[in-house]
Amino acid sequence: MPQPTTDIAIQTDRLTRSFGSLVAVKELNMTVRSGEIFGLLGPNGAGKTTTIKMLTTMLPPSSGVATVAGHSILGDSIGVRKRIGYVSQMISADGALTGFENLLLFARIYGVPRNERKQRIDEALAFMGLTEARDKLVRTYSGGMIRRLEIALSMLHRPEVLFLDEPTIGLDPAARLQVWKRLKELLETFGTTILLTTHDMEEAEELCDRIAIMKEGVIAAEGSAEELKRRAGTGSMNQVFIHFAGEFSDSKPNFRDINRARRTAKRLG
Amino acid sequence: MRAIPTGNLDYFSFLAPGILAQSVLFIAIFYGINVIWEKDLGILQKLLASPAPRSALVFGKAVSAGMRAIAQAAIVYLMALVAGVDLNWSPLALGGVLVAIVLGAALFSTFSLMIACLVRSRERFMGIGQVMTMPLFFASNAIYPISIMPTWLKIVAHINPLSYQVDLLRALMVVGGTSTFGIGIDFLMLTGMLVALIVVTSKLYPTIVQ
Repeated sequence: MPQPTTDIAIQTDRLTRSFGSLVAVKELNMTVRSGEIFGLLGPNGAGKTTTIKMLTTMLPPSSGVATVAGHSILGDSIGVRKRIGYVSQMISADGALTGFENLLLFARIYGVPRNERKQRIDEALAFMGLTEARDKLVRTYSGGMIRRLEIALSMLHRPEVLFLDEPTIGLDPAARLQVWKRLKELLETFGTTILLTTHDMEEAEELCDRIAIMKEGVIAAEGSAEELKRRAGTGSMNQVFIHFAGEFSDSKPNFRDINRARRTAKRLG
Repeated sequence: MRAIPTGNLDYFSFLAPGILAQSVLFIAIFYGINVIWEKDLGILQKLLASPAPRSALVFGKAVSAGMRAIAQAAIVYLMALVAGVDLNWSPLALGGVLVAIVLGAALFSTFSLMIACLVRSRERFMGIGQVMTMPLFFASNAIYPISIMPTWLKIVAHINPLSYQVDLLRALMVVGGTSTFGIGIDFLMLTGMLVALIVVTSKLYPTIVQ
């Protein structure tokens, strides 16, 4: 596994992205340390997904800079992409292939050396508890198994930073616990830094070392779950969210995002 | 049909390469919708976050469209045989036809991907796909020779890649067929346009998820 090149996994400096007159992310300054799970929370349209798209080099920023795993998202986008894994909110595993075939495809895309591929794939399957389902078509998998396979897909090349966009959306509580357990093991075994977005406050509290709550393109509050609860003067993370993001977070409805989230939930359930 | 000057070929033999090119074009031109589906499924985002160069993603799509077109070619060959067209079975000519088919399908599917990157939604793409096929088909040498076209149409036909593909197929597919532009020029034009389209589409590719 490549050793983290720096103690800071992600750093942004006045990172900004606008779409026409709408500023989705405003001069964002954010630091994620190596080896931590960092949660990005906030209402729909707060700029979480736009931030992830910029950090994974899918979307160029309008201004500002960021480094991921020590590489600039502007000057060395391929360097960044070699060192990150990404699990989208949507189901991206191919249902018509087996778990093994899905992994083989991504091992090739990520340039895992030919003589290591089989071993890495079997390790990834064992790690995510999917060894028995190795040769079954993914369309026969349960929602939790698909999510674990997707995390396995994004971990094959042993990335330094893993981006997870709502990793447990649409999963039942048992499947959700399984995913959490595997993510924690991933961190312990490989020291992978994880940046995740979620609307699930229990998930944020259970998994994240630090949490940032975004509102209208800026970070409204940042700290550990305990710190945020103390600052908001409440014992509940749901109240923390409302305290910092506001009670009426529907000011910016986003039909496309909500449609996508519901579709994913339906397919997984 | 005798009014159309088709050289030393009967009209069916003249038409067969045009029909082959047309069947490849009509399927390849809708190929771009794949990328919109992949975007909606989340596969595209995953590929774009991988270190695979954008040009490799575009080229991969072009090759897969090329492979699919070979199956279509087999069916058109069968139909031409039934229609009594005198097909050229020499291995060299068949190899050339194969390359022409793959090149043409790769080119038009990449053009289609480029349009998909610009329009980004299935509904708009389907409409535009329909609008593009007819001008591409009729402003080419697929069903009548360029020599009988008015000047303005001649110019359009000369920048239409379908003309070069049909010209190539006409020289290689049927016995007695000849090329108007020259086989070398045909290959060069098709390859050059394909490379240019891959370069442009690779630049546009990430914009589809933005």
